[in-house]
Parts: sequence; C-alpha cells; structure tokens
Amino acid sequence: MSTPANSGGACTAAPESSAGGASLLLRGLRKAYADVVAVDGIDLEVARGECFGLLGPNGAGKTTTIEICEGLTTPDAGTVELLGLNWQAGANQLRQRIGIQLQETQFPEKLKVEETLRLFRSFYRRWIAVEKAIRIAQLEEKRSSRVGGLSGGQKQRLAMACALVGDPELLFLDEPTTGLDPQARRHLWDLVDDLKQAGRTIILTTHYMEEAERLCDRVAIMDHGKIIALGTPKQLIASIGGEHIVEFAVGGHATADRAVETAPLKEIPGVQSHRVDAGLHQLSVSELHTAVPRIFAALAEQGFHLSELRTHSASLEDVFVRLTGRNLRDE
Amino acid sequence: MSKLSESSLAQLTLVRMVLFLREPEAVFWIFVFPILLAIGLGIAFRNRPPDVLQVGATTPQLTSALAADKGLSAATMSETDGAHALATGNILLLAIQRPEGVIYQFDDTNPDARIARLAADRAIQTAAGRRDAVRADNRLVHEAGARYIDFVVPGLLGMNLMGSAMWGLGFSIVEARQKKLLKRMVASPMPRWQYLVSFLLSRLAVLVLEVAAFLGFARLVFGVPFRGSLWQLGFLCVLTSLAFSALGLLVASRAKTMEAASGLMNLVMLPMWILSGVFFSASRFPAVIQPIVRALPLTAAIDALRANMLQGEGLARLASPVAILIAWLVVPFAVSLRIFRWR
Repeated sequence: MSTPANSGGACTAAPESSAGGASLLLRGLRKAYADVVAVDGIDLEVARGECFGLLGPNGAGKTTTIEICEGLTTPDAGTVELLGLNWQAGANQLRQRIGIQLQETQFPEKLKVEETLRLFRSFYRRWIAVEKAIRIAQLEEKRSSRVGGLSGGQKQRLAMACALVGDPELLFLDEPTTGLDPQARRHLWDLVDDLKQAGRTIILTTHYMEEAERLCDRVAIMDHGKIIALGTPKQLIASIGGEHIVEFAVGGHATADRAVETAPLKEIPGVQSHRVDAGLHQLSVSELHTAVPRIFAALAEQGFHLSELRTHSASLEDVFVRLTGRNLRDE
Repeated sequence: MSKLSESSLAQLTLVRMVLFLREPEAVFWIFVFPILLAIGLGIAFRNRPPDVLQVGATTPQLTSALAADKGLSAATMSETDGAHALATGNILLLAIQRPEGVIYQFDDTNPDARIARLAADRAIQTAAGRRDAVRADNRLVHEAGARYIDFVVPGLLGMNLMGSAMWGLGFSIVEARQKKLLKRMVASPMPRWQYLVSFLLSRLAVLVLEVAAFLGFARLVFGVPFRGSLWQLGFLCVLTSLAFSALGLLVASRAKTMEAASGLMNLVMLPMWILSGVFFSASRFPAVIQPIVRALPLTAAIDALRANMLQGEGLARLASPVAILIAWLVVPFAVSLRIFRWR
C-alpha cells in the first residue's frame, strides 16, 4: 500500500486546527422529545487539547448533548460551534475533521478488523494508515479476525480505531467503557491516555465517576438535562468542602426509639456537611485525623455505639450525591 | 493498491459483496435453490412418450379390433367386471357388444377417455370395413420451447431476481439500522448516496453470476431455448433487479427491526408468487383481477422474460412490461429517498 504524504509524521500527533480558541462552543442548547426535556439550556466551552467529560446518570441528557455536537441530532434551540464551524454551513468539512464513537454500534460481524478500518478510512480525505490505527488500538493480533469473534473490549477498541482513522482534530466518545469488565476498562483508559498525551481534543460521556476522575481535565456533571457543576475533578471535589467522607451507622439498644442528633456532629470543626441515607450517615470532613475522635465522642455522649465505620477520599460520586441527594448509580 | 480500490464507493461495494459471500444461507438461496427447483420441476414434468390408453371390451372380436390401434391396450372382460374397472380407473373405456351395435361406456369429462372413445371407434369401424374418404399421414414434431420446463425457467428466473434483490437490499439495510451501524455510517463523512448506490452495484455484480449460473444450467441440462437477443435478456434482468431493489429499499426505508422487515417483505412478495405466473400462466386468473395482475412488477418481468426467451420478441414489442418495470423502479426509489430513516 502506498503511504500518502498527509499521513506522515507521528501517528498520534494532534493535527493543527485552522481555527484558534475553543474546539467546542455550546450556547443555550435545548432539546425536547415528546414530553421529556432531554437537554435543558446547556452552555459549554471546551478548549483545544482538553479532555472533557460529561458525567451523569443514565437519562441525564449526556448522549443527546453529545449527539447534538456530532450533528446527529438537531437541537430545538441554541447554537453549536465546533472548530469554528457549525453544522448548518460546514457539515461536510466537520465530518472530515471529527472522530466519533457511538454507544452500541455493532459493526458487521463477518467483516474482518482490517476490512472494517479500510472501509472507514476510505471516507476521509486525510487519514492515518490502517496499520497505524490497528497499532494504536492494540488490535495487531486481531487484524484478520472477524468482528464477530472479538471480545467486548476489543470491539470497543475497534470502534475507537474507526473514530481515529480519519485523523480527527476532535474526538467524541459516548460511554466508551460501558458494559466492559474492569480489565478491559483499564485497557481502554490507557488508550485514551495515549490520545490525550498526543494532544487530541477529546469529549467523552460516562456514568462512571472514577472514569471521569481518571481521564478528564475538566468535567461537567449533568442531571435532568442541565449542567449542575463544572470544573476540574479536583475543583469539584473541593467544592463540597471536605476531602474525606466518613460513613457510619449506629447500633445499640437506644436506636429503636430515637435518632442521632445531628447538630452536635455538624459543630465538630472540619465537618462540612451531613446527610443520612438508609441509616448510613455521611459526613464530609476536611481534617480526618482530628474529626474522627470527636465524632466518636459526640456519639458516645448520645449513648450510641458504632456498628459500622468507613472513610474514603471524596470522589465525584460524593459531589453528585451532595448536589442531587441521589447516588449516581441508583438510576 | 490502486486509487480506485481506496475510493469510498469501491470500498462500500466491496464490503457489500464480501459480506454477501460470507453468508452461506444467502449464497444457497440465490445460487443453489433456483437450480434445485428447476431440477425438481424438470423431473416432475418431464415429457414422456405418448401414453397408451387402457380400454376394455366384452368380446374377443372387439378386443382384437381395438388392439390394432397402437395407442390402445385392450382386454376382454365381462360387462360387470368392466364397469368395476372403469369405476376404479383401471380402464378408460369399455366397449360393449350389443345385437344392434357397440356401446362405449366412458366418462366424457375426462379428456383421456374422450381420446380413447375416438381411437376405439376408429379401430372398430376400420375392422368392420370402413375406408377413409381422404388419405391422411402424420408428421410428428417434439420441439423445445413448448415444454413445461421451458415455461417455468423464465418464471423461476423472475422469482429469483425478485427474491435476491428484495432480501439483499432490504435485509442488509434494516440490519444495519437495527445494529446502529447506519447511524455510525452517517456520522462519518461517507456520502449517503454512495451507501445506497453500493447496494445496487454489488447487486448487479452478483446478478451476473446468478443469472449466468441459472440460465447456463437450464440451457445445458434441459436445453431451454434462448430465442431472443441475449443482451436484451441481460437488459431485462438488470431492469427487473433494479425495480425490485427499489422496492426492497422502500420496504427497508423505515422498518426498525428485522421482524418488521421480514413481515413487510413477505407481504409484498407473497401475492406475486401466486399471481404473477411463475408456475402457471397468469392469464388463468379471472378477468376482473387481470388489471391488477398485469400491473405487478413480477408479472411484467416474467412476461418480458418469457417473450424474449421463448418467442424471441424484441424490446420494441415489450414496451408495456418494460414501462411497468420502469415505473416500479422510479416510484418506489423516489418515495424511499424521501422517507428513508438513517438512524
């Protein structure tokens, strides 16, 4: 196969964008289906070279938002600007410059990996060689296998390779690891890491907070079609005030007829907030080592003893819980 | 690799063909099934030497008179036995000797029995001394083109063109839609028209093999005649295949599941299997429904194929079936382009 000039250079190097500034700009985006408002007024800006995550439970409007960005869904209101272009005027050019991985695409089972990639490569004016895409996705051993024989993780990496084969400036990944086992998920994370290192702009959706924390430079937390928090994972975690979460449950004879008084707990220095969920108390705490002994003392004073105690570093999950009062995974 | 093989239309067409050839069931239905069907029908309806008709007579004199005709095989039996043999279908006619003459006992609704009556009477009258007023001789012809297999091969060809085009297009498109592949394709810069055109191109490529294999078989094994121009026959096959591709596209343009597509597909094809004269002439249907029968694309296709192959008619005389096929190509294609659902 001849190697065209435009595929030269490091395979993972991000192409130069012709337009400076934001890779993605959303203003006042809205989309309603029949009786459900899927996206309810979203403003967003993603810089070049950024890995940006849309995090939220199923049904939060992540996929609708990303599909509007990808030009697959027309918004009811609002503007979308990608790489300085919009879908009305620059659709053909945009399709050439973005890479897309959709949720649950099933490639033809009887087609081989390299045949699938060769097909997708043929759609692009500038592209990376099929061999390179195979190498990036670490599918070398499977290049002549039929798609039907691939594992879930391999299929997902093939989808990623199909998104990359057009050498995109902007990459959209919709729930890239949903349904994968933990090992395959970590494998895919490494792959996204490499793409990040190479400087590509990536926008991904996920409902795994550890995925967003691990991969994303900035995260928007979505719920009911709105962005309810936006920032770096560190900023978001810091915004709930405590870096640590203390969870405890109380036992003992006295629990049947009275509840734990929460006022003394909230007065403990370093305790930022308190909530109870199904008998489990959650405190967000900034100084774990000084707060915990005082929590013990306050409970002992009320005549309770602990039946359960756990602490962990605060995560985006805790941010979501704090903002919505619900668990991310309950949905 | 050449530039051509890297073009998206070439890749799409190639992928389409590769996927077809890797589907053993599809290969069976399109290549093997019509040939098996032709073999079966060829055996069932093979031409046999003229049948000898079984008759009975009540006297040995009558029996010997009847036996003089090569087309009759006569046996002597009593009137009672003869009546029983007639009732059970062992003989077609019983000749009964009476003082005043001969009585022929037979079922006049059975064409063979009527033939037996004519032959038996001629044999008995000749034996009794009748002479023909005019001398008559026979010249026998057994011509290819008038047999059932000759009639049925263009019918099977039309049916096969319909099935392969409709299933080939309809099923693949609905499958791609159901598996969200269609959505993924339109999310890429692939020109949408190329996706649809790649189906037609791969269809035409398979068509060449399919028609050549089937007609080649019919020619070699059954000696089915090709009296019309071969390129016109090719044109009719292409036109038929494109018309049914358009219909397949229409069926597939909205269906979201394979089940819905199968149902629609059978709904469209079933009436044509029955009405369009694949196995027997469509003119057997009552005059009231003839306009409908004539307007069906499969009827038009089979009429045109038969006229070409069996009567050697040129395209100029096939204007009406060709016009019907073109209408079935243009209208469903235009409608499906308007209503096609890409996701």
